[in-house]
Amino acid sequence: MKELIDLYVSFFKVGILTFGGGMAMLPMLTSELVEKRKWVTEEEILDYFAIGQCTPGIIAVNTATFVGYKRRKALGGLMTTLGVISPSIIIITIVAAFLGNISDNPYVQKALWGIRVAACALILEGILKIGRKGIKDAFGVIIFLLAFLAVLFLGVKSVIIVIIAIIVGIAYGIIRAKGVVK
Amino acid sequence: MTYLQLFFEFFKTGLFAVGGGMATIPFLREIAEKYPWYTTADLIDMIAISESTPGPVGVNMATFAGYMAGSFLGALVATLSLVLPSYLVILIIARMMTAFRDNKYVNYAFTGLRPAVVALMGSAALSIFKIAFCHDAPVNELLNNIDIKAIVLFIIMFLTMHILAAPRFKRYKLHPVIYIAVGAIAGIVL
Repeated sequence: MKELIDLYVSFFKVGILTFGGGMAMLPMLTSELVEKRKWVTEEEILDYFAIGQCTPGIIAVNTATFVGYKRRKALGGLMTTLGVISPSIIIITIVAAFLGNISDNPYVQKALWGIRVAACALILEGILKIGRKGIKDAFGVIIFLLAFLAVLFLGVKSVIIVIIAIIVGIAYGIIRAKGVVK
Repeated sequence: MTYLQLFFEFFKTGLFAVGGGMATIPFLREIAEKYPWYTTADLIDMIAISESTPGPVGVNMATFAGYMAGSFLGALVATLSLVLPSYLVILIIARMMTAFRDNKYVNYAFTGLRPAVVALMGSAALSIFKIAFCHDAPVNELLNNIDIKAIVLFIIMFLTMHILAAPRFKRYKLHPVIYIAVGAIAGIVL
């Protein structure tokens, strides 16, 4: 029971500290789930993001469900999902009901400017950290560079990148297992 | 407005929007055109507010749209319907992953996937950086729109957290929320 509450509370925290999309969640996820709770590893977070790219729904919710399921099956997934959406329901309801156009306020604008800069620094640090776990050898470097250039210059969709990466990974694994490439 | 319609529309959005919060926008626009709940102009405000309030932007937008349609209960129905499909889909995938964890082909797939996902994260980060440092200007106008103040603040913050992340400074490591708070204060003061 205590762990179910912990799962809810942890994801409530991740939800309330996330400004923007799924990517902005990365620093909070590593700080809360990997470092503090030790519920998942950085590799697992990468895998969840990968699957979240090509499955339906909000990536934040998908990741939450994964972590919850890993700890406490379907009920755990339910707690983490409810945890990550609770702050939105509370805050957006208040904003919609009382504050009207909060984003037009000059102080809010200025604060958001600084929050965005801080988020960028956190995201860069997060990617550097998780990148060390995700890219381990020359094969990883090549896949990373090709995927990065394909998205940046050719505008290839994430789903396509994910599918090709799976195929290349399996092909490389089979070739290596046969001893053709050492 | 019936809550059943609201449930149906947001369940559909959650089921077919693949790739995260921003992928729900086309569906939210269709809803705006189909029902009298909110207008396309409202949608632009909803996106701006959802990006500037805590919480994943996709969840925020659904909560907002639901509130416009049927106040608090509407917000609750819309948000829960949005996340229900991904909850169910991920449960199935998570079960499969547990079952196939020791399968060598699954492990091969992940050796290809992980570096590619780092690349996807990197490119997603670049588009966030463009908004923060170049006022989201088009590519050929980037250099004329550089926000020097933002870049200086960024470098200071990044160096601070990078140094404090080193093992020998571990006990001085600051929680991400500290940086967010400092950013907000710096934004108002500077």
